[in-house]
Amino acid sequence: MREFLSLLSIWILPVIISFIIIYGVIKKVPCYETFVEGAKNGLFVSIKILPYLVAIIVSVSMFRASGAIELLSEKLFGILAHIKVPAETLPLMLTRSLSGSATLGIFSDIVNSTGADSYAAKLSAVITGSSETTFYVLAVYFGAIGIKKIKYALIVGLLADLFGIFAAIFVCRYFFT
Amino acid sequence: MNYIFAFLILSSVIIGAYTGRLQEVVNSIFTSSALAVQVAIGLIGIMGFWLGVVKIAEKSGLIFLFSKLISPFLRLIFNELPKNSSAFSNIALNISANALGLTNAATPFGINAMKDLKKESKENNDTATNSMCMFLAMNTAGFQLVPAAVLGILVVSGAKNPTEIIIPTFIVTLSAFIFAIFTSKIFAKFWKERAK
Repeated sequence: MREFLSLLSIWILPVIISFIIIYGVIKKVPCYETFVEGAKNGLFVSIKILPYLVAIIVSVSMFRASGAIELLSEKLFGILAHIKVPAETLPLMLTRSLSGSATLGIFSDIVNSTGADSYAAKLSAVITGSSETTFYVLAVYFGAIGIKKIKYALIVGLLADLFGIFAAIFVCRYFFT
Repeated sequence: MNYIFAFLILSSVIIGAYTGRLQEVVNSIFTSSALAVQVAIGLIGIMGFWLGVVKIAEKSGLIFLFSKLISPFLRLIFNELPKNSSAFSNIALNISANALGLTNAATPFGINAMKDLKKESKENNDTATNSMCMFLAMNTAGFQLVPAAVLGILVVSGAKNPTEIIIPTFIVTLSAFIFAIFTSKIFAKFWKERAK
């Protein structure tokens, strides 16, 4: 089962890409020109997140360099170690509902400090990849139509985030240990 | 976020002074800001590639087709809406675009869907309906097939096998999505009874 799913992980991207291209050719879409048109946005998306990356990566690296994480992990994160959750991933779990760019920044900091093939990197990749910024979505969508009484929307969003974190921990233990 | 940022910088100076690692703290400013640029520049390529591919899916109508496939499920989930509501197509397009990682394209669909939901609303103008809460919950769960930015960062940092996270991510995001739908349904019921 695990081997099959790992195989699927390798195949899914080439299959999706080929399918999109084949469908585009059938529908007579000018693939090359359309691709280039879309690819331009890659530049804007990346440049747009650069300031956020600088802010987050610098502040988190300073925090780590000061030895604060070691101080904290010794005292507070005994429980996390017990359920095999690397202490580095805790800041990620705390910001993922607040800011997507910050989460991406912390994620790349974890990848660079623990190595791209470490368990911490993989767990935080899954957490980052499966999250959407609850507060941002709430602000944009309800803001656009002037909703002030949000009822249970935020509670459900945060519960789903929390559920996602536990699911990520559980799934990663199955796949990567 | 403002407080977190200020806290991180100030506390690292204070703790750095306490642990005698102030030099490392200062050095980390220079190395990590260069690293941030390196990550962002590296992302341009992979994000460009993915957004290019998805643009083809958008133009060829594949996203539209995909959204048609999922609309029967949507009718089941949003059972408070009239069957022919225009909200369905916008919700389906929003979810399809999100699934492919097209957040920028998904947002306009999402806002249109919210506007449609407001038209169907029988409550006060500034109060969220159950359908709105449901749609929001589905969005915050962030259902995604290909986490392009995450893959990009792993690639830039030299991971041996970056795509191995795709299936685990898919399982997590799908289960969170289903969880969000069920929790919304439960809350919708609970909230109504409390109001009475």
